[in-house]
Amino acid sequence: MSTSNPSQTTGGGTPIIKIRNFDFAYGDAQALFDINMDINEKEVTAFIGPSGCGKSTFLRCFNRMNDLIDIARIKAGEIKISDVNIYDKNVDAIELRKHVGMVFQKSNPFPKSIYDNIAYGLRIQGVKKKSELDEVVERCLRDAALWDEVKDRLSESALGMSGGQQQRLCIARALAVRPKILLMDEPCSALDPIATAKVEELIHELKKDYTIVIVTHSMQQAARVSDRTAFFYLGKLIEYGQTDQIFMNPRDPQTEAYISGRFG
Amino acid sequence: MSVTNEQHTFTKRPSRKAAIEATISGAFRIATYIVILCAGYIFLNIAYNGSKAVFIPKAPFINIEFLTAKPQTLHVFEPKEIDTELKSAKAQIVSLRTKQRNLGSNETTAAEALGQQIAALQQEIKALDLQRKDGRLMYGDDAYRALDQEPSSELYAYSNYAYSGGGIGPAIVGTCLLVLGSIAIALSLGILCAIFLSEYSTPGPTLQLIRLSILNLSGVPSIVFGLFGFGMFVLYFDWGVSMIAGWFTLAIMALPVIIAASEESMRAIPKGFREGSLALGASKWTTIRTNVLPYALPGILTSSIMGVARVAGETAPIMFTAAYALRDQLPWQGLEQKTDFFFQGVMALPYHIYVVSSKIPQNEYTRNMQYGAAFVFLIIVGFFALSSIVLRIKIRKKYKW
Repeated sequence: MSTSNPSQTTGGGTPIIKIRNFDFAYGDAQALFDINMDINEKEVTAFIGPSGCGKSTFLRCFNRMNDLIDIARIKAGEIKISDVNIYDKNVDAIELRKHVGMVFQKSNPFPKSIYDNIAYGLRIQGVKKKSELDEVVERCLRDAALWDEVKDRLSESALGMSGGQQQRLCIARALAVRPKILLMDEPCSALDPIATAKVEELIHELKKDYTIVIVTHSMQQAARVSDRTAFFYLGKLIEYGQTDQIFMNPRDPQTEAYISGRFG
Repeated sequence: MSVTNEQHTFTKRPSRKAAIEATISGAFRIATYIVILCAGYIFLNIAYNGSKAVFIPKAPFINIEFLTAKPQTLHVFEPKEIDTELKSAKAQIVSLRTKQRNLGSNETTAAEALGQQIAALQQEIKALDLQRKDGRLMYGDDAYRALDQEPSSELYAYSNYAYSGGGIGPAIVGTCLLVLGSIAIALSLGILCAIFLSEYSTPGPTLQLIRLSILNLSGVPSIVFGLFGFGMFVLYFDWGVSMIAGWFTLAIMALPVIIAASEESMRAIPKGFREGSLALGASKWTTIRTNVLPYALPGILTSSIMGVARVAGETAPIMFTAAYALRDQLPWQGLEQKTDFFFQGVMALPYHIYVVSSKIPQNEYTRNMQYGAAFVFLIIVGFFALSSIVLRIKIRKKYKW
């Protein structure tokens, strides 16, 4: 069963992910409490909040990465992506993950060549044609603003790249399977300011074609890259709104305390 | 700079503490050297004596016959005349020695004269021994049967030694077949188990129990595995004493080590590779196949081949299941059906070494076979270990992180 229906997602400003009354727990420890939010298509949505507040856990619910943890379970509620509840029995998590790409906190290029890293997502889908792979590799590297830096060493190991390049390679790799949504779990936490700036620039570019949800510890980053910001605290969604509004004029005192640096 | 007699704080001074430190480190050093010396002595002894059987002074310098021929009984004819002379010379030395001992301490000249006599006799014995070696006749089974006429029993003293003639060809072939077969079985079974344990199983008390029992299995004495194989494969499955029964017995014995090592290698693969692959829409099996196994393979192969090489040196598991003390034909000779290949017993070096070192007398005629077989076996096991290391280096170069 397909999880997307393109005809229903037109233009910006329409919600592509809808979360309703979402409760999530690791074993007996509840991690997320009754979360309701809509995430708009082709916007950047940032999740902020102190460590352990559940924002990464929440992000990993969007592509069902939490399925891999045995004790993780949904207690109540649903997440709809393109109007399909992704925790429905009929949903294939593997198909879902092709539509919802993910970039991890620690860049994790495979110990293969740069080319093979990008081509991986297509190869596991059975694409073998060299011309098609070549085309996708070039497109993804260009989209990730990496093409000019690596076009002469595509066959070299991806592990020989710098940290920032590795992270952008992971973004390019995620783009290769043409996801609709891109989840980023603190993509810049291990990068220096210059590499961070490049990734942020890239996020700006990608916004045109992809819906991006980014978890970040840096409030400046959230302010710089996102259209909307959600503040989480102790597993609850405290405040969610336009980024400008959250940072300039937070409604909730907890949000204000956090963004002004009084805790977290 | 001025030199002062005053010592700097950092200057070394003899103290009780320093002495204890030196003693302790010395003790560790000595313990290590003792182990190395013992191991070195054993290896060198086997290599020195074994090389007499394996190498020859003429081209091609390797005793091809020893490595390829089947074992035969050695028939020895020693010239009687020289034997009697040797015996009398030895008796003379003994009597002279007694005389020498009975002499008083002031009769030095007489003692010296006796000593010279003894030395002369020893020279004579050496010469006679060489003569004996030239004069004696040694035949393998084939040559012995081909003789028109036995050497006359008046001139020659006859003796024979089982397994001491010929070579160890079938045993080498059998060992290699046993090792290769059991590697194949143990590796495929072991990797499947390890994949399940490391990737698919849910952690919990059950899994701990499974792990514990697998680990315990590696502590079971080899003779028990031998009896298990005998009961299970030889009798119950009715495979008889056969190569395939030996394969499975050896494989099962190597399995605990292989499973534990493979699981360890797979767990050592960073989680990020799995997550990265899954997030791209790969199924779990695809992820394991493309992003876990290839990187874990060097570790799996090395430990597995080492494990099987160690197990292949065991005599007990194959004693009841696969090994013949003597088999004239090579495994591929005289087969009625192709499947018979698996259901035939083979000779194997560890069992052969056991037989030649415990069932036949130890003397100059049997020593070659005893040491030669042990030496060749060491080389074969070393070769397997070496190949696993080379393999690991090669694969490790391909995937590095």
